[in-house]
Amino acid sequence: MLRRPGATLSPGPAIIVPGNHSSATKLFDKELVTSRPSRGLEQFFAFLRDQVGLSVLDLAGASQQNINFITNLGHRLYSEDFVRTLDDVFGDADPGDQANQGRIDQFLRQTLNFENEQFDGVLVWDVLQYMTPALLAATLERLRTIVRPHAYLLAYFHADEKAQQVPFYSFRIKDSQNLMLAQRGTRKPAQIFNNRSLEKLFQKFESVKFFLTKEQLREVIVRR
Amino acid sequence: MSSMPFKTPEPDSSRGQASIGKAVKINGQIYSKEDLYVDGDVEGTIELQEHRLTIGPNGKVHSSVKAREVVVLGNIQGNVDASDKLEIRKDARLVGDIKTARIIIEDGAYFKGSIDIVKPEPAKAGGSASSQPRPPQQATPVAPANAQGAAVAAEMKR
Repeated sequence: MLRRPGATLSPGPAIIVPGNHSSATKLFDKELVTSRPSRGLEQFFAFLRDQVGLSVLDLAGASQQNINFITNLGHRLYSEDFVRTLDDVFGDADPGDQANQGRIDQFLRQTLNFENEQFDGVLVWDVLQYMTPALLAATLERLRTIVRPHAYLLAYFHADEKAQQVPFYSFRIKDSQNLMLAQRGTRKPAQIFNNRSLEKLFQKFESVKFFLTKEQLREVIVRR
Repeated sequence: MSSMPFKTPEPDSSRGQASIGKAVKINGQIYSKEDLYVDGDVEGTIELQEHRLTIGPNGKVHSSVKAREVVVLGNIQGNVDASDKLEIRKDARLVGDIKTARIIIEDGAYFKGSIDIVKPEPAKAGGSASSQPRPPQQATPVAPANAQGAAVAAEMKR
């Protein structure tokens, strides 16, 4: 039986769905869960691991595993459910509303209303790919101001440029080098990025590094 | 991550727990010397130093909260200081900053804010009792209505 290197299925409630996973629909009360090493996560936590009392922002909403992991390192965790607020403010029907400046300001007030240089790290996960250009630019600018110099942001972008729908993941930290991805259906991305467009997207940051994964996800580690 | 369903705590008058029903709205400060179950609206502050506060599924609390243990099934908007444990159940919503020794958050719960884990200090040899968490007090006799053990400096509105 072929097995992708580094990819395992977690025991228990994991369900294997044959066929094209990129078109999998939501499985109520069940999740597709994979666990695998993550170079991006490893680099993100290499910076945080040897210090205590730092502030980390998690944009994927609160989860027990992520809370346990980050607080056990001795850090303060801030939780924000970006995608949920995105849907609340803009709705999930028409991404054109994301260019409305008033709504952009409202969204940033609700999600990133923090002091400048407050955070030592941000777990962005895959939320940025659900934003159209105007909202994305404003969000990135705001993220840049609320993280300290030399702090890291970890973001994920689907790499399949032809995909109309992409797997919608819940990202759970297993340890500083391993990530659990629980797929909760699919979602339409607002934009798909290649390496060049990602470099341009983060051009105001100090450095950008990419890792491509087997799930066709680009792990992007960005240094402010 | 546990797959066992959590038992939903219900107000249990036999344990001497005070409760605020879902038709009750309180605006002010609540201090309680026993466990408290809130299923109504509270705006102000809630303080139960050595006891458990449960926000029921209909509970809407716009206040800062301080207790030994806090269980949220409803809605809290305000900071929470739970010296021992905080549980946020599946359909609950908490917006505010948390300070606690332990936190349990179910999938499906909504939380926005910061989390500070503050473990109790280990007891020193021959140290004072105040450095250790005190055990829960014995249940008090059954109390009528909602007022037993809870001093409510407030106006109650129905």
